[in-house]
Amino acid sequence: MTTVRPPIFDFDDAFFWEGAREHKLLIQRCGDCGILRHPPTPLCATCGSTNNQATESSGDGTILTWIISQHPTEPDAEPRIVILVQLDEGTRIVSNLIDVEPTHDQTLNDKRVVVCFVDYDGTILPQFRLAGSQP
Amino acid sequence: MNGTRAVIAGIGHTEFSQNSGRSTLQLAAEASRDAIRDAGFSPTEVDGTVTFSMDTNDELALIRTIGVPMLRFCARTRGGGGGASATVQLAAAAVESGQADAVLVYRAFNERSAHRFGQPVQANPDPAWNWASPFSLNTPAKVYSLTFQRYMYEFGLTNEDFGRYTVVARDWASTNPNAQFYERPITLEDHQDSRWIVEPILRKLDCCLESDGGVALLITSAKRAADHGADAVPILASSAIQLEGGHEMFAYYHEDLCEYPEGRVLGQQLYNRAGITADDIDVAMIYENFSPIVFLQLEAFGFCGRGEASDFIKDGHIGRGGSLPVNTNGGLLGEGYIHGMNNIVEGVRQLRGTSANQISGAEHVLVSAGRSGIILGR
Ligand SMILES: [Zn+2]
Repeated sequence: MTTVRPPIFDFDDAFFWEGAREHKLLIQRCGDCGILRHPPTPLCATCGSTNNQATESSGDGTILTWIISQHPTEPDAEPRIVILVQLDEGTRIVSNLIDVEPTHDQTLNDKRVVVCFVDYDGTILPQFRLAGSQP
Repeated sequence: MNGTRAVIAGIGHTEFSQNSGRSTLQLAAEASRDAIRDAGFSPTEVDGTVTFSMDTNDELALIRTIGVPMLRFCARTRGGGGGASATVQLAAAAVESGQADAVLVYRAFNERSAHRFGQPVQANPDPAWNWASPFSLNTPAKVYSLTFQRYMYEFGLTNEDFGRYTVVARDWASTNPNAQFYERPITLEDHQDSRWIVEPILRKLDCCLESDGGVALLITSAKRAADHGADAVPILASSAIQLEGGHEMFAYYHEDLCEYPEGRVLGQQLYNRAGITADDIDVAMIYENFSPIVFLQLEAFGFCGRGEASDFIKDGHIGRGGSLPVNTNGGLLGEGYIHGMNNIVEGVRQLRGTSANQISGAEHVLVSAGRSGIILGR
């Protein structure tokens, strides 16, 4: 059983975690100039607007880099594959790859992935699967 | 030399250990006392301090302990170890602008016996952890490995390549009596036998040596240092670089994951300000929380090309007799991890001619903390 440390969110990123509860991967979008940004910020660095909106990501992306997270002195803790995803919209997000054995003898760089949502004991996180794999 | 130029006039440090057995304030005070004495100053002449924003030793507690009657300049750096060399930048700026005459730089902690940075985060220290810790990215080793993996993938490296750095660092440490790994050199096989921290990227011997200890520097003008008879080392350049989209820990949002852009810009700044090039650097002290960060910095500072650090190290450039001796005290893997400050002490020693591993004729030393750096020179 994977235990997850819940996010401690505040004004600037509450929309993201609330979106996750509705199974939406949201990317912050400036309501005035339209630029996308992640991680979120309270003001647009391009135009100065505080009209912060969000757009729903397609959830499609590419793995830039990945590791297997397993604490060396807690061998019983569930290993998880941590990935950095380049979303097709252009922003990047750290997440996990699920439904793939956490082994080192594979190459996950540049593999296509698609978002899904997993409830970890009340904390709903955006996660990813390899594109084309069945849920 | 210009008499108003800032110099490092004094250095001081405690022993570096796994369990100091005393308070961090005592460590800070002992190192500070020794740095002031080393410069030939009295505590009553100190009128400024600089430390890390993370340091737990309050300025007022320290000055009461060591007998400094008044401060007219206090500053702290941003971030963590990346700001190690920024302490010198702030102190030098204060001295050269006349805001202070003699600035004490200090950093002390019980980072091994008390609060260990390497353990999983328990609460998010800053909101950026929301984009990491829920996904199990909860230790510095994992956080950094996520970028190192792409570097390994792109250039076809294995952990053995990183191990070659550790072997060199441990070789330097083996002949440095201040090093915790004094007289304990290792082979690449020893490195490969150490346990995985983040398989297949980092082993235990790729990680800095969590340590207890304190380091201090006394920074003043060249003229005042000369008046006090100090063996002063001029600060030829100092800079600290922060880039939009960067983050101390999560360097995931810069375009190119296989370079260290803060380091690249820092190198350009430092060389321009000192009026030298990478070729003029005789010794490089390079902050390494983990061995692969040395590779990224060697490339960022122009000592070798993109993706070439592994061959540069394999070819013997950074070890004894090499063209660019790196971390001649054993670095943070071999001497101890005092948040990078002990590397500044070694830089001063190389230019004074008092290093345990003295590089003869050293004239220019780069001390890099990745996003802050200084060039010291004669
Ligand atoms: Zn905007």
